[in-house]
Amino acid sequence: MSVLVGKDTRLIIQGFTGSEGTFHAGQMIEYGTNVVGGVTPGKGGMKHLDKPVFNTVAEAVEKEGANTSVIFVPPPFAGDAISEAAFAGIKVIICITEGIPVRDMIIAKQIVSSHGATLIGPNCPGVITPGEAKVGIMPAMIFKPGNVGLISRSGTLTYEAVDQLTKAGLGQSTAIGIGGDPVIGTTHLDAVKLFQDDADTESIVLIGEIGGSAEEEAAAYIKEHVDKPVVAFIAGSTAPPGRRMGHAGAIISGGQGTAQDKKKALKDAGVTVAESPAEIGITLKELL
Amino acid sequence: MKIHEYQAKDILESYGVAVPAGVATTSADEAVAAAEKMKADGSSLFVVKAQIHAGGRGKGRTKKNNAKGVILCKSVEEVRKAAESLLGDTLVTIQTGEAGQEIKTIYVTEGVDIDQEFYLGILLDRAKSKNVIMVSTEGGVEIEKVAEETPEKIIKEWVEPGMDLQHNQARRLAFALGFEGDAFKKAVKFILALYKCYEETDANMVEINPLVRTPDGEVYALDAKYAFDENAMYRQKKYAELRDLAEEDPTEIEASKYDLNYIKLDGNVGCMVNGAGLAMATMDIIKLSGGEPANFLDVGGGANVDTVKNGFRIILEDKNVKAILINIFGGIVRCDRVAGGVIEAIKDPEIAKKVVNVPIIVRLQGTNAEEGKEIIDNSDLNVISAVLLEDAAREVTKLLA
Repeated sequence: MSVLVGKDTRLIIQGFTGSEGTFHAGQMIEYGTNVVGGVTPGKGGMKHLDKPVFNTVAEAVEKEGANTSVIFVPPPFAGDAISEAAFAGIKVIICITEGIPVRDMIIAKQIVSSHGATLIGPNCPGVITPGEAKVGIMPAMIFKPGNVGLISRSGTLTYEAVDQLTKAGLGQSTAIGIGGDPVIGTTHLDAVKLFQDDADTESIVLIGEIGGSAEEEAAAYIKEHVDKPVVAFIAGSTAPPGRRMGHAGAIISGGQGTAQDKKKALKDAGVTVAESPAEIGITLKELL
Repeated sequence: MKIHEYQAKDILESYGVAVPAGVATTSADEAVAAAEKMKADGSSLFVVKAQIHAGGRGKGRTKKNNAKGVILCKSVEEVRKAAESLLGDTLVTIQTGEAGQEIKTIYVTEGVDIDQEFYLGILLDRAKSKNVIMVSTEGGVEIEKVAEETPEKIIKEWVEPGMDLQHNQARRLAFALGFEGDAFKKAVKFILALYKCYEETDANMVEINPLVRTPDGEVYALDAKYAFDENAMYRQKKYAELRDLAEEDPTEIEASKYDLNYIKLDGNVGCMVNGAGLAMATMDIIKLSGGEPANFLDVGGGANVDTVKNGFRIILEDKNVKAILINIFGGIVRCDRVAGGVIEAIKDPEIAKKVVNVPIIVRLQGTNAEEGKEIIDNSDLNVISAVLLEDAAREVTKLLA
């Protein structure tokens, strides 16, 4: 059960033999994720970390039955890596790379969607179903199997929230880091839908931040369709307008995308909003 | 990355977007020479425009000479006066803040007779993951205001991913603005050229406000705001050179040299955090604890001795900082290592001198958090340790009380 990744995941790593890819592939294998190989164009045929390396994603799909890919390819080539995975029939594509040009992402996202695949990220920590599969760069030891579905744009803030949940005795069904870029594959709304439909998920934690209107769109859906308890935190109440707060997507522009507006939309949808980032875990604990 | 109006217009012109003739210069003599040439070409009106990145120039005033940022001139002699009143003075607009921005360059353009003003903007529609072109007959006013009060006056066309703007889309926009005849053809050409320019240069915002129609049916970009996608500058090297460091905060530039993402704010509690989301959340908790964040600072994934040292140096340049909260969630990086790095950084003589009166709270969570806390507690330095975020918040409140 759970969503996106789990026991049925057959994972390949794109950018397998690079330093990032190598390090995190090792960590994922150690966690017990079913890594079936990797792709580095030009290095096909060799073995890396005891797994086969392929020149193309299509070959990895054909020979190893890969169904999921995680991407560590450098930004100038990452958009292309995403579309390669989609063309090859990979159904879950998780892109960790930060700094991909928007123009490349607009095209990659379109190709992913026209091939019926799901994209997570880019510029995200990845997805983990505790106890089953870790596909990303998150520190595994803070997670615990359970029934809370978690959605967040950022890396360390996700870890902060997970740590609070685990310490409060609340394990996670799946945690999805959707990424902090202006163009991302899976949005808050998409992730909320996945969790609402997942039998293993009993409650949802949604972590958002300033910029865009993704949290408002999720709120509108929650209001009509979600009957599971939802707790939210929105980062950036103190961020000034017009300045990009690290994440390319975290910017209040033309009065749009403020933390205040997002919190209001979520509260109107019946979501319990934690005002302090220190109270995400306890807020859910008290709600359940 | 923003650029100046004259730079934007050079790029637009290279793509066939019509702009009035103009010359950018740093001297009044050259401004006069440019105006003389325009006069010889038949112009009787000239505009002298201060070149700073901030908007609101037309309504802004300079500090010394109380000159407007955009000056309409009826003679070459007036051009000289305007140029002299602007160059070297500091322009204050609603977007610059009190400090204003020094005018180093001015742009002299031919004056254009205006029949009607319009708005035209291109940017990313995040909800649709497509670029959107917006036009409005309400030119020359703030588009945010139009969007709020009369949203029906903004007409939009979304461009299909990876495709050109289609001719029918440009026609629809030009018709919506009421263009007819020859001016209609020019408007369509203008819109198509502008989108091509936006797409090929990896821009992430282009705003033509106003776009104007002259009485004889010409279509011009009278002003231009232009910004690039920073992630794409590696393949736009020609335009990367247009970056004007004088328009940016010197401390932020210094921070970027160390791969630190720093933004100065007006508060009294500095912070140093790994990760942008957690950094924003840390600013929020400072506020909830009774302080005001003095900065946003994301040290990224590393958090080693050097990044922490550089972080301290940058935060401590701000004299308003009364306390510093370091918030590191150790995932792959181990907290005991980070703690060691923090201690070493504080012992650096230059930093040690400055932090005498600035208490530091170090909150480490994640891998080996307890060991990290022990290292901080056992040091003889005046550093307060915390493991839970709520503990860190409480310490901030205590320090400010």
